[in-house]
Amino acid sequence: MISIQSEDFDSGAEYAALRDSGAGTGAIATFTGLVRDSGDTQGVSGLFLEHYPGMTEQVIAGLIEEASQRWDVRKARVIHRVGRLLLQEQIVFVGVCSAHRGDAFAACEFIMDALKTSAPFWKKELSESGEHWVEQKASDVARGDAWEK
Amino acid sequence: MTSQILTVRFFARLREELGTEQLTLPADKDQTAGDLLAALASRGGPWAQLQGSQPVMIAINQAMAKPATPVKAGDEVAFFPPVTGG
Repeated sequence: MISIQSEDFDSGAEYAALRDSGAGTGAIATFTGLVRDSGDTQGVSGLFLEHYPGMTEQVIAGLIEEASQRWDVRKARVIHRVGRLLLQEQIVFVGVCSAHRGDAFAACEFIMDALKTSAPFWKKELSESGEHWVEQKASDVARGDAWEK
Repeated sequence: MTSQILTVRFFARLREELGTEQLTLPADKDQTAGDLLAALASRGGPWAQLQGSQPVMIAINQAMAKPATPVKAGDEVAFFPPVTGG
């Protein structure tokens, strides 16, 4: 299931929902991304997140589908927030249920890495010195490329 | 009858710097996404950056595309900077 939303999410409730994925699930991996105080600029006080409605959901659905073909994925959950977010707020949640930890870790990391380089979201950092659209990082592209085979 | 127009959308830094979220343009025959980008860049001013040093990503009908991808009447074409979510 995929949610793009402005409101915050309850990662505990999301984890509880992932646990309810059948007796075959032996491992759950989750990732949560937070707003950090430094990025392209220092003293970041918040972010503004923009997305391309419709395309975003399609791209993420495709990533979950790809993960399901490559690893054992019994349930997957992706939440990404948009709009204005303050320091230390939650931005993104990825959770994957698998039979074994290797598949859960890999599928969760793949979805997160691929989301960063292919889902149409854009971050703008807000700080005392003004606003700055974040530049795509070569290190993020390399992480995304590393999953291609 | 299909209307002979294209919808063009811009996101993030491009949306702000062009001061434009969406345009409706007549659809030309045998046009590619790259042709459309060149035509828009020729408007000059901030539009020139569509063919500048910074990469511009292209989506057609909400799927990633390349400059050589054809565009046709009724399509939704989007131009945006490399993505930075997560």
